[in-house]
Amino acid sequence: MSDVSQPAAHPPVTDWVHDFDHTDPQWTEDPFPIWDELRAASPVVHTERFLGCYMPTTYEAVREIANDTEHFSSRRIIVRDVRPEVARNAAPPITSDPPVHKPAKQLLLPPFTPDAMKKLEPRMRAICNELIDGFIADGKVDAAARYAKYIPVRAIAHMLGIPESDSDLFINWIHMILELGIKDESKLLQAVQEMSAYFRTHIEERRSKPTDDLISYLMNAKDKEGQPLEESHVLGSLRLLLIAGIDTTWSAIGSSLWHLARTPADRERLIAEPGLIPIAVEELLRAYSPVTMAREVVKETTISGCPVKAGNMVLLSFPAANRDPKVFPDADKVVIDRRENRHAAFGLGIHRCVGSNLARMEMQVALEEWLKRIPDFRLDPAGTVTWSQGTVRGPRQLPFLLGKAM
Amino acid sequence: MTERLRVHVDPDKCQGHARCKALAPELFELDEYGNAHEAGDGIVSPGLEDKAWLAKSNCPEIAIDVIEE
Repeated sequence: MSDVSQPAAHPPVTDWVHDFDHTDPQWTEDPFPIWDELRAASPVVHTERFLGCYMPTTYEAVREIANDTEHFSSRRIIVRDVRPEVARNAAPPITSDPPVHKPAKQLLLPPFTPDAMKKLEPRMRAICNELIDGFIADGKVDAAARYAKYIPVRAIAHMLGIPESDSDLFINWIHMILELGIKDESKLLQAVQEMSAYFRTHIEERRSKPTDDLISYLMNAKDKEGQPLEESHVLGSLRLLLIAGIDTTWSAIGSSLWHLARTPADRERLIAEPGLIPIAVEELLRAYSPVTMAREVVKETTISGCPVKAGNMVLLSFPAANRDPKVFPDADKVVIDRRENRHAAFGLGIHRCVGSNLARMEMQVALEEWLKRIPDFRLDPAGTVTWSQGTVRGPRQLPFLLGKAM
Repeated sequence: MTERLRVHVDPDKCQGHARCKALAPELFELDEYGNAHEAGDGIVSPGLEDKAWLAKSNCPEIAIDVIEE
């Protein structure tokens, strides 16, 4: 079973503009009005929490920071209560700054192109249908726990060449790193150590029995001097692929299904016009962007006229940028056929999500297969929807009633 | 003189979001890293003008120019 314990509590927020906290239960439950309040106050707000942290609230301020690798470092990418020393090769390239970022990123890009994802698509359809087979007869399901969660975890396991049946193990590590680890260093370290040990075993196996999966790909990769990658780089990238590949897309699929469960008109339109699903996926990504990255200010500068001081963290909220009404008309509405949509759900600048093509494919397939087999569903009034806390936002419990007879 | 459109991807700005390729596959190509460039000389054939503008307005990096010639 997954460890579903929650991180330690912070004092409740009473002044959002000067004392915001993205782990506050109010933010976790419904961050959208909070972002509007912060945006109305300033393009960049600050809190003393987390040892000092800024948050850009506008699309423009987020873009400025994402493109400024001189003043903002990626060595720390999660806003937490502590700032322990950062390990080299923590999770390249997401934790890398120029100039080492580019070669580390280029290494990972070829296996994640749209063409590479097309080859994976049949396996994804099969996984979605296997999952649906498991609950469709029950008439009700927790769609987060039994559907959305297992699609990305099985996809990335398939690509890495590790057993899909170890999914619950991976999910627990992610929870320990991205949620509990914000406030409890020991949980984070424990998960990182367990992951490294797990991958070392798989690396050993491949030395005698080579495979054609991503673990072998990284083991055989060469750096720009033609040398094999250091073991710490291979392990760091493997940890990144597993961490980044799971609860991000799990959250995006969950939020999409949550929206469709509450919005029959959108659901009916996508069933009638399945060709619209890729466009709708972009809008769902905009409206319910799961990922907020972080940066560390390493040199004093000014963002959208606001002074920013070194030593503070930055909550680089792509979700808040995507709700900026200056860039997106009716930003607070989900317009499933929105044509102009330069959303930043996968980040901006050199750290654009390596797995964005994978995530898009998974979301499209997950919605297509679900809507084909389960056109009618709604939230179960007897259950409770719960949302994750911290870096990645998405439903963790999503109780649905299935079918017309409700 | 008839006006025609040409698309161009700024290679320094493109980060491989691949929205242009998804929305206008006739006008853009991706390299082995998934980064985009215009197909051929970038000239937009009649009937594809909407797709050219759509690709421009969906590029998160604002890397696409649509040039009216």
